[in-house]
Amino acid sequence: MKYFDNPERMLLLLQQLADGLGVTMSLFALTLLISLPLGLVFALFRMSKIKLLRFPVWLFILIMRGTPLILQVFTVYFVLPQIFGMSFDRMTAVVISFSINYAAYFAEIYRAGVEAIPQGQREAAHVLGMSRPQAFGRIILPQVIKRILLPVSNEVITLVKDTALVTAIGMVELYRVARNAASASGSLEPLFVAGLFYLVLNALLTAVFDWMGRKLDYYKG
Amino acid sequence: MLHAENLTKSFDSLGVLRQVSLSVSQGEVVAIIGRSGSGKSTLLRCLNHLEKIDSGRICVDGEVMVDTDNGGYAPRDRLRSICLKMGYVFQNFNLFPHFSVLRNLTEAQMCVLKRSREEAVSRAEALLERVGLSDKRDQYPCQLSGGQQQRVAIARALALDPMILCFDEPTSALDPLLTKDVLTVIRDLARDNNTMIVVTHEMAFAREVADRVMYMEDGRIVTQGTPQEVFADEAVRTFTAG
Repeated sequence: MKYFDNPERMLLLLQQLADGLGVTMSLFALTLLISLPLGLVFALFRMSKIKLLRFPVWLFILIMRGTPLILQVFTVYFVLPQIFGMSFDRMTAVVISFSINYAAYFAEIYRAGVEAIPQGQREAAHVLGMSRPQAFGRIILPQVIKRILLPVSNEVITLVKDTALVTAIGMVELYRVARNAASASGSLEPLFVAGLFYLVLNALLTAVFDWMGRKLDYYKG
Repeated sequence: MLHAENLTKSFDSLGVLRQVSLSVSQGEVVAIIGRSGSGKSTLLRCLNHLEKIDSGRICVDGEVMVDTDNGGYAPRDRLRSICLKMGYVFQNFNLFPHFSVLRNLTEAQMCVLKRSREEAVSRAEALLERVGLSDKRDQYPCQLSGGQQQRVAIARALALDPMILCFDEPTSALDPLLTKDVLTVIRDLARDNNTMIVVTHEMAFAREVADRVMYMEDGRIVTQGTPQEVFADEAVRTFTAG
């Protein structure tokens, strides 16, 4: 026991972890803020009737889901600057790579949700004179949200833990802080404390998704 | 009011409509009967632009919806305003499950016809009264029986004041008891001189309510006329006898 029986040391660790948590949270929030709407754009392209729009997004999603996220982070941080002669700071590079990666997953979730809405809903909107954008915004999308809540919550929770990957390009966030403390002290305790941070964060997110699920439970179908 | 000439439609080289022509005049109630697969639902769907025809001409209230010999379908906005002259009631209702009964009736009034909320709500309430469901206005479709859902769907179609109301087997998804309520509503609409096209399996109902009955077979209208004439026809008698 190096931390659990030493309040002073523990307090210092908690302060360091809290700083790391700030970085983790900004990465998490920025990624969600960008990838949730971006995924919808991908999904709309992916479902387009025009093959020229559909194909590139299909290929892009295949690559995003088919290669390791860490490799994508490396590519954006190390390779893109060499090709385009501009460099990103670590946070920007990570937010870009995480956002497009998660947008790819969200796009497929959205697509599954849209395709699960019965064709009759579109037809009903059509015979009532609604335009396609009206039908999508008023009839289809609100019903999609209820259907995709569960798979989206899965991705969101995974994202919280995936943020730990960015240690690989030397970013200091929650996990890195804990690992540094662990190597310095020769104890695994900081890693378990960090684990508790992730757990609490995800418990809160789970509660939010449960609440949203209850809110949307006012109708069936 | 409605003129359709030489409509043809095939799905993967299977001819579903072969040179079908029909006219419906103001205040007329037309029943379309025939076996499953005879093309009667497809005909109704084509008239409402739920399917595109391969060739032919459809004209609603003097406006050309489509003329394949002369420019094809009308431009999108015109097409939408022409389609709005028609109301459509589905076999399986297709109410919007995430909207209350009232909002099912007001949504299109507001976003398509640009009516004010007050106007849309008062129209919706009057229609719910008419189909006997005033007490259900704040419920959701999943809380209603099939017959109630279909009556809401009829009210939803009426809310846009269509000139012609189309029914695609409106009672096929309902048990006999619920069927009665829905047929009563349609009967009342017929009595009020609404122009209607009803695709139906309810022979007794067609006989009672329709001014004209069309019997379809293999994508063609084989015989049509008053109910007395059509139900006396040899082919139709074979069909109705099962």
